[in-house]
Amino acid sequence: MTNSNTRVVVGMSGGVDSSVTALLLKQQGYDVVGVFMKNWDDTDENGVCTATEDYKDVALVANKIGIPYYSINFEKEYWDKVFSYFLEEYKKGRTPNPDVMCNKEIKFKAFLDYALSLGADYVATGHYARIRRDEDGTAHMLKGLDNNKDQTYFLNQLSQEQLSKVLFPLGEMEKKEVRAIAEEHDLATAGKKDSTGICFIGERDFKDFLMDYLPAQPGNMVTEEGEAMGKHDGLMYYTIGQRKGLGIGGNGTSNEPWFVIGKNLAENELIVGQGFTHEHLYATHLTASQFSFTVDRELPETFKCTAKFRYRQRDVGVTVHLNNEEKTATVEFDEPARAITPGQAIVLYDGDECLGGGTIDKAFKESDSLQYV
Amino acid sequence: MKNQLYLDHAATTPMHPEVVEVMVSALTSHYGNASSTHQLGRESKGLLEEARVVFAKSIHAKPEEIIITSGGTESDNMAIVKTAEKMKAKGRHIITTNIEHPAVKNPIQYLEKNGYEVTWLPVNKQGTITVDQVMNSVREDTILVSIIYGNNEIGSLMPIGTIGKSLNELDHEVVFHTDAVQAYGTEHINVDDQYIDLLSVSAHKINGPKGIGFLYMKDNLNLPSLMMGGEQEKKRRAGTENIPAIVGFKRAVELRQSSKADLSNKYEGLKLETIERLKETGIAHAVNGSLTNSLPHILSVHIQGVSAEKLLIHLDLAGIAVSIGSACSAGNIEPSHVLSALYGEDHPAIAETIRISFGYGSESNDVLKVVKVIEKAVAFLKKT
Repeated sequence: MTNSNTRVVVGMSGGVDSSVTALLLKQQGYDVVGVFMKNWDDTDENGVCTATEDYKDVALVANKIGIPYYSINFEKEYWDKVFSYFLEEYKKGRTPNPDVMCNKEIKFKAFLDYALSLGADYVATGHYARIRRDEDGTAHMLKGLDNNKDQTYFLNQLSQEQLSKVLFPLGEMEKKEVRAIAEEHDLATAGKKDSTGICFIGERDFKDFLMDYLPAQPGNMVTEEGEAMGKHDGLMYYTIGQRKGLGIGGNGTSNEPWFVIGKNLAENELIVGQGFTHEHLYATHLTASQFSFTVDRELPETFKCTAKFRYRQRDVGVTVHLNNEEKTATVEFDEPARAITPGQAIVLYDGDECLGGGTIDKAFKESDSLQYV
Repeated sequence: MKNQLYLDHAATTPMHPEVVEVMVSALTSHYGNASSTHQLGRESKGLLEEARVVFAKSIHAKPEEIIITSGGTESDNMAIVKTAEKMKAKGRHIITTNIEHPAVKNPIQYLEKNGYEVTWLPVNKQGTITVDQVMNSVREDTILVSIIYGNNEIGSLMPIGTIGKSLNELDHEVVFHTDAVQAYGTEHINVDDQYIDLLSVSAHKINGPKGIGFLYMKDNLNLPSLMMGGEQEKKRRAGTENIPAIVGFKRAVELRQSSKADLSNKYEGLKLETIERLKETGIAHAVNGSLTNSLPHILSVHIQGVSAEKLLIHLDLAGIAVSIGSACSAGNIEPSHVLSALYGEDHPAIAETIRISFGYGSESNDVLKVVKVIEKAVAFLKKT
């Protein structure tokens, strides 16, 4: 199959990364089709939504490159699969990662299926990750070469089947090269600033946004000894290890700053403690569920590898004890790990290859469960 | 990639080569302002008035009853908003249908929010209303009835003549407007016989240029101008006349008037042939609205069990242009209020309907092509 009769449907967001993705594939001679996904409706009283601006940029870029483009609505799928999950997790006092879920359920499921129904051989996105294919077609997902931009953390739930249909043309590049290419080809998105944070919240204040959907239940802030330290606005607004926004300083047993060191959901109490290195912030191991692997081969019950339990974190050495049937695992850290956050992803690596990952449920210090949710 | 086969003439049409020719000539030579008294201005004024005669004749009106506008939307807005404004002392009730074009629907909704009362007549499964529905809704304070002549999405025709006649027999004045933008190219219109007071027409639906149209306004109506400015169009439409567009529009009307009956027959034939070919493929489908009481160039068809959006993309990627409705500012296709009016909001037809519309240059071979590609796409979509 030559490139010209290989149809690649590119998920175009109206950002510089997906713009350059489409351009590079077009230059490589593929039959490129751009698709803009509208996943969220934030239409204001004047009928204006952020998607309008982004779609306009998709139109400008697609016309410049010379590819057809279409706009598809995935609002329902996004609400059902990503946003509902997001709210459910917050209700449980956890800190969800909607980007992981969006990749798993929307970009590489709903969108991938849609693209296949348009006759696509592959879908492509502007993610910073690499795919290496073996002779037999087996795909390996490797970290993006731009270490600062590597997005495999968010892609950890992709299966071998999904990866077999995916192209990531930016995986070998650095962000600044991508911008340079966009500028060189006079793409409308060349100077557009990167989107930050969670897509559906956009520029809005996070607390303010969440309050629209979940009732805030203010409660007490206490030390682990039970000493009252003021009020919190609702447990869902706080993450383990957080320092900002507590409104307390100094005092206590030292002059060190205060951190969130735990949550007591039953009592609706936020547990706070002093010092960045507070002992309650360090875990020796964690349990995680909903494990999914990028590789087809069965992994051994126990193996050593490296892991990230937060985006852009340095890899740490771990030992994984896998329950293949339950899709759960216990992950032991070589060194105690700070601020393990239930709801976030634990992602496993073998060198550059992302093996897969799961969702963190609990953190432990030796035999004690840390009261994080 | 260019579309090799254009079957979306209800959206807009390519310009006729003769229209392009007269426009290029006007763009080059006739730049004078029709309000100027010098030679160039007088020439423009002459072209303007010649065009007005042609427009008037095409609907059996008098030249002074034609106001040249920027197109269908402006004509509809002026007809509706200015009638409501002028007649408000007599009443504030308006009658219309639930399948009007947005250029009518939105101004009426605007009036509804501003103190007017509106009766939205529901259409039947054939996409039409009866004269009785209109007359049963008329009240003492009814000032305006606005009914689309032929619907732009499903082509259904309304009984304009009988409605006009019945309204005319009332003992109080009710202004009758019809949006004939989609119907003008194929229907025989006579504003006298049909007792029409206001009628909107657009050039770009009949192989004329975009941005030009007219509003027929019965001579005693004297609606104030929507635009405020200069005294053009006898103070009824301010703004310097777009002479090249008017000249092109005139040529388009002349061409259409001399071949209207033939074109109608031809399009009707292509529509019936499309249905026949679709039947041969065995693809489950149903025509929306009526096959007989409809504009000949429009075929709205529900391809059952197939996403119209995906089908459209397959057709587009194969170089064939059809329509599945209008897109919002973020490009998503919005559910059709016309199909909702026909079937209710949850009916599968809303997401599974494509509109094929014929026009200048359409031929039998196009029908074969489009049905063949539909057949292939449907087979693929059923498989994936």
